Amino acid sequence: MATVSDTSSSAVAEEPGHPEPGSVARLSFEARPPLQARTVSARVSLRTRLREIVGARELLVFLVRKELKVKYKGSVLGLLWSMLNPAVTLLVYYVVFKYFLKASAPSFALYLFSGMIVWNFFLTALIGAASTIVANAGIVKKVSFPREILALAQIGTSGMFFLFQSVVLVIFLVGFQYTPAWGWMPLIPFALVDLLLFTSALAIFLSAVNVYLRDIEHLVAVLLNAWFWGVPIIYSFNQVYGHKSLHWLGELYLFDPMTVIILTFQRAIYGKVSYRTYDAATHTFKTTVWLANYPYHFYLFMLGCVLVASVLLLLGAMLVFGRIEGNFAEEL
Amino acid sequence: MNAAVEIDNVSKRFRLYHEKYASLKERVVHAGHVPYEEFWALRNVSAEIPAGHTVGILGRNGSGKSTLLKCVAGILQPTEGKVVVRGQLAAMLELGAGFQPELSGRDNVYLNGSLLGFSRREIAKRFDAIVEFAELDQFIDNQVKYYSSGMYVRLGFAVAVNVEPDVLLVDEVLAVGDERFQQKCLDRVAQFQRDGRTIIVVSHAPDTLRRICEEILVIDHGEVVTLANPGEAIRAFRERMIGSGMQAPEPIEVDPETGPVPVVESARRVRLTETTIEYPGSGERPYLVSGEPLTVRVGLEVNEPLSGGQLSITVLNERNDVVFAELLDAATGGVQLDKGLGSAAFIFDAVTLLDGRFVVNIDVRDAGGVVLDVSEPATYFEVMNPGRATGIVALPMRLEVTPP
Repeated sequence: MATVSDTSSSAVAEEPGHPEPGSVARLSFEARPPLQARTVSARVSLRTRLREIVGARELLVFLVRKELKVKYKGSVLGLLWSMLNPAVTLLVYYVVFKYFLKASAPSFALYLFSGMIVWNFFLTALIGAASTIVANAGIVKKVSFPREILALAQIGTSGMFFLFQSVVLVIFLVGFQYTPAWGWMPLIPFALVDLLLFTSALAIFLSAVNVYLRDIEHLVAVLLNAWFWGVPIIYSFNQVYGHKSLHWLGELYLFDPMTVIILTFQRAIYGKVSYRTYDAATHTFKTTVWLANYPYHFYLFMLGCVLVASVLLLLGAMLVFGRIEGNFAEEL
Repeated sequence: MNAAVEIDNVSKRFRLYHEKYASLKERVVHAGHVPYEEFWALRNVSAEIPAGHTVGILGRNGSGKSTLLKCVAGILQPTEGKVVVRGQLAAMLELGAGFQPELSGRDNVYLNGSLLGFSRREIAKRFDAIVEFAELDQFIDNQVKYYSSGMYVRLGFAVAVNVEPDVLLVDEVLAVGDERFQQKCLDRVAQFQRDGRTIIVVSHAPDTLRRICEEILVIDHGEVVTLANPGEAIRAFRERMIGSGMQAPEPIEVDPETGPVPVVESARRVRLTETTIEYPGSGERPYLVSGEPLTVRVGLEVNEPLSGGQLSITVLNERNDVVFAELLDAATGGVQLDKGLGSAAFIFDAVTLLDGRFVVNIDVRDAGGVVLDVSEPATYFEVMNPGRATGIVALPMRLEVTPP
């Protein structure tokens, strides 16, 4: 018995060591690509990390799909809810600002909405990402995969909601026969790339740090609330920038990537840099500057700066993530 | 290079915090002086696992075997050193890890498969095989939350083994489902071995590993004890266990006043005092190897002479099955006991048992069968199995092959 099993095991042992290149191919059944070596150690280069993340893109898709499916499981309307909600919000804005609050800017609801969808994306992505690794402790402790994917999945999920809201926005633009600033539309993809990179950088950083400092997920909610009011969404950029004593603050605003991105969206979708109001008492027209009144190339320049900053932040976030990721499984 | 897994001088340090400060306030208050102890779960572990081998990692609880497996899987990063894995790896540390109860079995197969690092196409190609293996054809589109726990692990196992990794890591999860499914799992492992895939199994049960492994890596206190064939490795493992006093036979303390409990007969005509185990053929070893002799000696305190007395010995294994019992009564001549202190020895010429720790119970009875005393608490002897055989009895056997 012993001799029989010994010979069979030694045959297995020797074959892979055979010098012929074909002998290893026995393992790569069904014409799989040659076996890739993967190294597990305390220091993994940024390039390897990026390669692993790209390699796990299908997982990202599955995770996003899972989030959406779980969220609307059992509901009849399902994904329609994610469009119904912003549609109702937009309708309410429309009614409230047109008839009750009497906003001075025309089509104020659209102005609000064009900034709001960007912010909503940013907000839900970061809130989700901050707690995602802790929430997925079960798989982080038991399965090996690039953990950044968990944070990116939150971005992907928020991205899907962003898409649905965009569809609602387009429907309303068509419904109200509102003409966006077509000439500025080419800036939108640029702004979207900026938004994705900037959000990814923060999301990856926050998801990692929250493992060690559970305050982060609560802190993020508070900070984002404050940040929201520091970005011209409800009010306009020029209400700060054009203000006599707040001019400096307006300039400071331009250092905020979110402001730059949102200004671009407002400029392209809402498009009204200024509007005129008729003063019945003096029988004169008054011109109010509303959006950031910068030329096209300056927007381009700002978006370029945000791009550079976001890429640097993203690399930094990945470095931090990689540095502390090794202990996730023990900390959770 | 033909090693499928190269473990190169891997060390892993854990920090054991006396108190975990995870909130900002606590961090600030205790900034800089969070008390913790360093604990090296692994120290300079090196091993090469050749492609196509099945290797077991054996160690008792807390020896660092699971930490090592997690380092190989990439779940933990080693503090020092590195692990190189060649080929697609799948780790079964927990079956169905990452299953989403709200999703259907079908969705979970895809999600779980991609978590393990397989592409959608690979999973799609094997989807039917996975469902068939898990025996869930009618339920695959049901939500996983309605699955029984058996269905749950079956699906988890089916995904992990059907996506066909080059290197499979298993953490004591082979015992899933009912007996038939377990057999199926073992068959699948055997199939993997025939396919020339590399398997690393972690267990604290030597016999599981003996059955399926070609080599066993024994780990104790985070250090490699040996990487050897199963017989030698398991022996080294057992020696370690005994060396650290974990399973050494405990001497029986006898209270001179009351004697060992329970008191069977109040008159105390005969008392059994200390029971000792001797391994005449083992030299210094505190255990015996299958086939070696054994002597069980029991002290007798005879207060009233007894003729036609009976002595009984029972040997039980760890599961309390009686492996041997004999009553030496009138039919075998009985025992003549004279007043005073004496002893009796049960001499076994060859103990043909396989691995394990065996309990010995002895009692003494008078001619009428009344139990006078029982040797309690029981005493133990240890048997090592240097070969690959598993089971209970070491039947002497050899193989003769007649050439055609």
